[in-house]
Amino acid sequence: MNDRTRSAKIEVENLTIHFGKVRALTDLSLDVRENEILSVSGPANSGKTSFLRSLNRLNDFESHCRISGSIRLDGRDIRKDMEAEDLRKKVGMIFALPIPLPRSVYDNITYGPRLAGVRDRAALDQVVEESLKAAFLWDEVKDRLRSSGQKLSGGQQQRLCIARTLALRPEVILFDEPCSGLDPISTAKVEESMLELRKSQTIVLVTNNTKQAARVGTRTAFFLMGELVEIDATEKIFTAPADPRTNDYIVGRFG
Amino acid sequence: MRNEGARQKIGFGFLLGATLFVVVPVLAIIVLIVVKGWSALSLEFLIAMPRDGMRAGGIFPAILGTFILVFTSIAFALPIGVMAAVYLSEYAKDNLLTRIINLAIINLAGVSSVVFGLFGLSLFVVFLRFGVSIVSGALTLGIMTLPVIITTTREALRAVPRSYREVSFSLGASRWQTIRHSVLPFATPGILTGAILSIGRVAGETAPILFTVAAFYLPKLPHSLGDQVMALPYHLYIMTTQVPGVPENYRYGTALVLVGLVLVVNIVAARIRSRIRRNK
Repeated sequence: MNDRTRSAKIEVENLTIHFGKVRALTDLSLDVRENEILSVSGPANSGKTSFLRSLNRLNDFESHCRISGSIRLDGRDIRKDMEAEDLRKKVGMIFALPIPLPRSVYDNITYGPRLAGVRDRAALDQVVEESLKAAFLWDEVKDRLRSSGQKLSGGQQQRLCIARTLALRPEVILFDEPCSGLDPISTAKVEESMLELRKSQTIVLVTNNTKQAARVGTRTAFFLMGELVEIDATEKIFTAPADPRTNDYIVGRFG
Repeated sequence: MRNEGARQKIGFGFLLGATLFVVVPVLAIIVLIVVKGWSALSLEFLIAMPRDGMRAGGIFPAILGTFILVFTSIAFALPIGVMAAVYLSEYAKDNLLTRIINLAIINLAGVSSVVFGLFGLSLFVVFLRFGVSIVSGALTLGIMTLPVIITTTREALRAVPRSYREVSFSLGASRWQTIRHSVLPFATPGILTGAILSIGRVAGETAPILFTVAAFYLPKLPHSLGDQVMALPYHLYIMTTQVPGVPENYRYGTALVLVGLVLVVNIVAARIRSRIRRNK
């Protein structure tokens, strides 16, 4: 095995996505490496969210979506060799807006494990505690696990959503602009948990915020108009980008 | 400025007038049946059998019959209507078949009730040999209420945010698990609204039960779903037009019981609905 395949958790090859007649992503090839945070940045309509949602096959529900190319997770084609449900248990997702279900904190976190067949009370209790601790939320909510998840503050809600995703012990977590509605302190907490999660998980972070990409990304990919402009170590992208369009975006000339 | 204020007052007056125009008949009906029917109400009226060619005694068989018809028809129509709505809103693709089904539902809602009665007579009573019975009547009434239940259920399902479904899918839930655990629970109050609307319709209709279940006069109570029953709206019709010499307060008393019955069932259903809402 060469070095590329050993470190690649997700391999994307020639991925093209259409929504009806609109092409959202063109011939994208890149790897996501094990235990890295890959920041995906770029202006609106650059295809970054379409890319992210193809990694857990959430685009399957768009009726006019057509996908070509291949995505492999640990060498297995996610559309040919895996069921979508099994894939999504391995590849979790955090959405732009925190969306706690109108249930208790406890029931939000146990939603995934319960549907996956975990019934044992003690096991569920343990999952709740571990997930909340990993999302840096345990101390704030441990006394109100039975109250509604929707009663938490915005930042707490987003960390609840992270805990809910962690409850399935995913190998990869996709973050879709997770801090776009959060204040700086909540953002810092979410970023802190991402850096901590990186030790055991692989993370793909879509963000509009170039500063956030710079703060947490191991590597950064820059997308423009549905194409990958460049991908490199975050430090390199933000200090000496190879493509002038990347530089223009970073210094704020457009987007 | 002053002119604008006057115009606003006129506009406001018209809007108020239209609203009163709606409310007045409702109040008038209620006042009329309460004033004319109240004197007929007694324990005997509610729990006794009719006597003396329906000119005396009670209307218990008709109350019971309407009660039975409401529950059997809703028990039939609610599950089928909800399942159809779930299919249409969660599974069906926008294609020719779906559009034909939608058109059929709209048309079903527009069919007049006497046509439903004839349809029930030919399909259930004659062709399927259910006879004139509770089964035939309940199925006929159930089919009549299906469009209401399907339409309100679909609206209730649509009101559940799409993001709940996405969250559920992203947590590895299948389509069915998502519907079962993240869509239906939050649509239940809206679905019950459809059921409540149907109750009033079922309890009050005469034409669909005319040929399928309603008895002119029955001296005994039903024992099985194969029996005929008396029903309040049909009983009212008969007492008003077919039997001479029925005291006026008996007729209005029957109408009062019919309206009261629908009201009581609606209140109970609304209570259940608000309890479900609170438990969320």
